[in-house]
Amino acid sequence: MTTLRRAAEWLALGLLVAALAGGGFVGRAHAQQKVLKIGVLGVMSGPAASWGLVNRYCTEATAQMVNEQGGWEIGGEKYRIEVVSIDDRNDPKVSVAGAERLAYQEGIRYIIGPNVDTTAAAIVPVIEKAGAINIPYAFSKALYTPPRGNSILGMIASYQAGPVIYKYLKEKRGVKSVSFIARNESDPLNQRDEGVTAAKTLGLNVASSGDTYEPGTTDFFPVMSRVVRQNADLIVLSGVAPAEAPLLIRTARELNYKGLLSTETAQDAKILAEVAGKAANGFISVGGASTPQIRSAEMESFVKRYVKVAGEWNDEAGTKVYALEMILRTLKVAGKKAVTDVEEFKKALPKFQVTNPFLKEPKRLKYVGAAYFKQPRQIGVPMVVNVFEDGQFKTLFIGSVED
Amino acid sequence: MNYALIALGITLIFAIMGVLNFAHGQMYVLGGFVTYYVYGVFGLNYFVALAASAVTVACVGLVFERFLFRRVLRITTREESTMLLAAGTALLLDSLGLALFGEKQRGVAPVVAGVYEIFGAFVPASRALIFVLAGGLVGALLLFIQYTRPGRALRAIAQDKETAALQGVDIDRYSALGFALGAALAGLAGGLLVTVFAVNAGAGTPISIKAFIMIMIGGAGVVSGAILGAFVLGFSEALGYFFIPGSTTYLMILVGLIVFLIFRPQGIMGKPWG
Repeated sequence: MTTLRRAAEWLALGLLVAALAGGGFVGRAHAQQKVLKIGVLGVMSGPAASWGLVNRYCTEATAQMVNEQGGWEIGGEKYRIEVVSIDDRNDPKVSVAGAERLAYQEGIRYIIGPNVDTTAAAIVPVIEKAGAINIPYAFSKALYTPPRGNSILGMIASYQAGPVIYKYLKEKRGVKSVSFIARNESDPLNQRDEGVTAAKTLGLNVASSGDTYEPGTTDFFPVMSRVVRQNADLIVLSGVAPAEAPLLIRTARELNYKGLLSTETAQDAKILAEVAGKAANGFISVGGASTPQIRSAEMESFVKRYVKVAGEWNDEAGTKVYALEMILRTLKVAGKKAVTDVEEFKKALPKFQVTNPFLKEPKRLKYVGAAYFKQPRQIGVPMVVNVFEDGQFKTLFIGSVED
Repeated sequence: MNYALIALGITLIFAIMGVLNFAHGQMYVLGGFVTYYVYGVFGLNYFVALAASAVTVACVGLVFERFLFRRVLRITTREESTMLLAAGTALLLDSLGLALFGEKQRGVAPVVAGVYEIFGAFVPASRALIFVLAGGLVGALLLFIQYTRPGRALRAIAQDKETAALQGVDIDRYSALGFALGAALAGLAGGLLVTVFAVNAGAGTPISIKAFIMIMIGGAGVVSGAILGAFVLGFSEALGYFFIPGSTTYLMILVGLIVFLIFRPQGIMGKPWG
């Protein structure tokens, strides 16, 4: 019995040593593989937490998928992707500190985020001085127009989507008048102003545009009463966050508004279904390459991985999946030097193009935005305009940003 | 009436313990999430969900009182110690909420559907129901405080803690009851309003700020003042948003509050000596 016990103990010890040795081997294998660090900087707490968290989840999901394939090949060498995330709490000061940490302490050259104009503008000097590239989700043209050159817009801007949506609604749904409502913050107010200009250019009557609400508002009855009273054919929710859209829609319908509602920002189908229910039917918004009708097999596997990382799918992720994918694919074209020298990366931008891996239909994916920023500083994500119907988004039409 | 429920909870805790509960908004959020899961996800009766919200948040309040505030109040007389502790609990609940419930907005379908048209004004049935329920709860709380033995004990502690102790009131026990009751009111408000406004993990701080504005208007620590403050803020918001376009409503409310506090820092119903 004692001999048996001793043998079992030796066996257990042997297994432990083997496991440790194996672990060490795996550790060495990881240590030997080159690492490409990617930063994610954005708002990951507070009311707008979903914007930054979706960036983080997308980056982590893509990184996991790449690492499972043995890493990403750049210039004949495989790189393991390592993600470093920082919550800037939508505060420019925290954003600057975060950018400094990512660029100097972590030595990161490619950063995804931040999420709004104020934080994106605040980190420009850090990004430029440190020789880094970032992909913000902020619409200010100054970020992407020379002499600025290190920021690349990661999505469709409201001033790009607005005119396309208004034109469609004018021609197909007979919209003649429009009212705007915006949150009282710089981004939504800028988007409203751009929207008003676009609507006027198209010859639409702007019934009202002065109504705003404070961040954190939950009761939209008073402010929406004013907007609904204008009786416009269309109400545009400028720069509306996913948390606010269903409440605004529900309130408008409760106030007996029968017209159309739209926004130029990405929304979440589940939140709309839960909070607004059938009242959200017919709501038009800009989505990513995520509607089931247009997804490729690669996008389907990304969706599965995203659900594993984040717990559930978020339609915003359909836009934000492009950021890391574009960084990696551009690095492959730009070569090994671009891993540490972003000037090489920038040189590759004008000519870069690949088949869009996330769309079923073979479409080209490239950097666009020269018409708006005088240089290609925008990821050419498809402009998917969705309409919400019975709990899910359906693709209304697909547009694109001009080169 | 919904604002009154939120303000009552925060003023109750302040009156009994002298603690400004910065985590009140976060407790409201927790109550909203409990109702979301019990009623919205598990499909149980709405009133069961409301009770679950009240009990859950009351338990959190009890834990905070028993293990954090009671000790800090015992070992220090500096007011900023409890304020810092309260701010810490708010951040703790904020982070826990984000980790547990995720970043998304959550909401449930209205408990009752339909919209009433009264003299040309549209009143959703769900809001009418919440108004009635909140009114009933406020009334029940006032009756409890006014006419029951524990209510009298709570009032005695709020007026003079030392004298109440000398009269045989168990301060620890009733302080815990007061904190739990205040927290439960926040939970109930969250459970009621999740059917109309939905809830997200980051919604706590704006709710706390509004609750503070209400009790500053009405007078901190005064139950009737909290109700009055809630009505003043609610009507100011509604009238401001309806009649004043643009973003000046809250600016005017806050400027008005500053001017008001210069002349009456104790609020409408508060006493100058505290």
